[in-house]
Amino acid sequence: MSERIGITVSVNGTQYEREVEPRLLLVQFVREELRLTGTHIGCDTSYCGACTILLDGEPVKSCTMLAVQADGGEVLTVEGLEKDGKLHPLQEAFSEHHGLQCGYCTPGMLMSAHHLLEKTPDPSNAEIRKGIQGNLCRCTGYNNIFAAISDAAEKMQKGP
Amino acid sequence: MYPAPFNYHRANSVDEAIGMLSDIGEGARVLAGGQSLLPLLKMRFDEPTDIVDIGRIPDLDQIEENDDGVRIGALTTHRRIAASALAGVVPIIRDCANGIADNQVRSRGTIGGSVASGDPSCDWPALLHTLDAEIQCRGPNGTRTLDINGFVEDLYQTVLQPGEIVTGIRFKTPASGSGGAYCAFKRSAPAYPTISVGVQMTVSDGQVESARVALGSAGLTPIRAKQAETELEGRSAGADQIDKAADAAVAASDPVDDQRGSADFKRQLVAHLTKRAIGIAERRASGEQVYNSHEYY
Repeated sequence: MSERIGITVSVNGTQYEREVEPRLLLVQFVREELRLTGTHIGCDTSYCGACTILLDGEPVKSCTMLAVQADGGEVLTVEGLEKDGKLHPLQEAFSEHHGLQCGYCTPGMLMSAHHLLEKTPDPSNAEIRKGIQGNLCRCTGYNNIFAAISDAAEKMQKGP
Repeated sequence: MYPAPFNYHRANSVDEAIGMLSDIGEGARVLAGGQSLLPLLKMRFDEPTDIVDIGRIPDLDQIEENDDGVRIGALTTHRRIAASALAGVVPIIRDCANGIADNQVRSRGTIGGSVASGDPSCDWPALLHTLDAEIQCRGPNGTRTLDINGFVEDLYQTVLQPGEIVTGIRFKTPASGSGGAYCAFKRSAPAYPTISVGVQMTVSDGQVESARVALGSAGLTPIRAKQAETELEGRSAGADQIDKAADAAVAASDPVDDQRGSADFKRQLVAHLTKRAIGIAERRASGEQVYNSHEYY
């Protein structure tokens, strides 16, 4: 049994201090230690992107990172998107455009889309496709996802 | 899936990392971005007793350019390389950095890890053959600068000695009149390439002065296709020469049947991607701006 390591991670604006096993994956830290189960484990092999979260503003596959690697970092998960009980424009757009079927990939899609719109507020269709290139939808509902991201971008540009 | 248990050590300097690796011995593995290592650990293909995390060592993630050329620190991520001034000046670097894996992997994966993993499917080792790159290493016996040719000596096997880590990558900035392209085909964005081909060539008065052709995912190591280079050098890169170079690249490749495709399909990809990379390299050598990135279904 390996020695536990003390880490401090900010998740959705709240600081958490925990002692973790070195082999604990970041996705398990978020889901099992913090009980934030919005982040999904899909393929568990670094392909599907369902577990995508933002670490210090950059998208990462939380199944392919150790929790100890996030020590001192700032994490944003899908639970952190809504503000004051109000859904993020991306979440509203996914709902309006039926940008999901089974919904399993949705948290990862939302986080990748969020990162895309932070960097590229007015993305072209090609940029949207590239923005979610690391997120697979087994229902292949991509067209509605593209439409949702495009619509959210437009609404966010106009402001509330 | 959990990796098997291991002890975790965080190194704050290269010397500290080397000390840790030397003390622990053969059970230790180096963790940089973890994008190659973690999948291996999770599938229990490897069960190290100890992990030495070098990911936070300061100043190993810088890109420096001077009269001698370019130095990329080992911990520089693919995303950072893609966004760098260097990627704007050396298109083959942008081709690779911008198309390697997917957005998430590019946030974490490092050029040093790509080289040190010894995986013939990693993009950077193949590409770096086209730039005659040198790999800077440091270990218990001091620093060494190694040629990328021969650095990966067998499947997942590099010439790094126990306790030695990659600290940086160095190469000469391609001169004007030199153009390159890295063309990779993969099944989906996150997948490793089925085949990749890198070409860098210097063209003067319509004649190819020098050429480099390297293949990724085409055998147990990255492969330098020297006969393909010979077919190009000293000649104008016309259709005949491009076909001969593509044939020579196929002859140099040694693909196997696997889930990415049959060996036969891969040989066809080698031919196709070699022709495409030569075409783009030639246009870039003449100063044309050409967009190029990894292709997938």
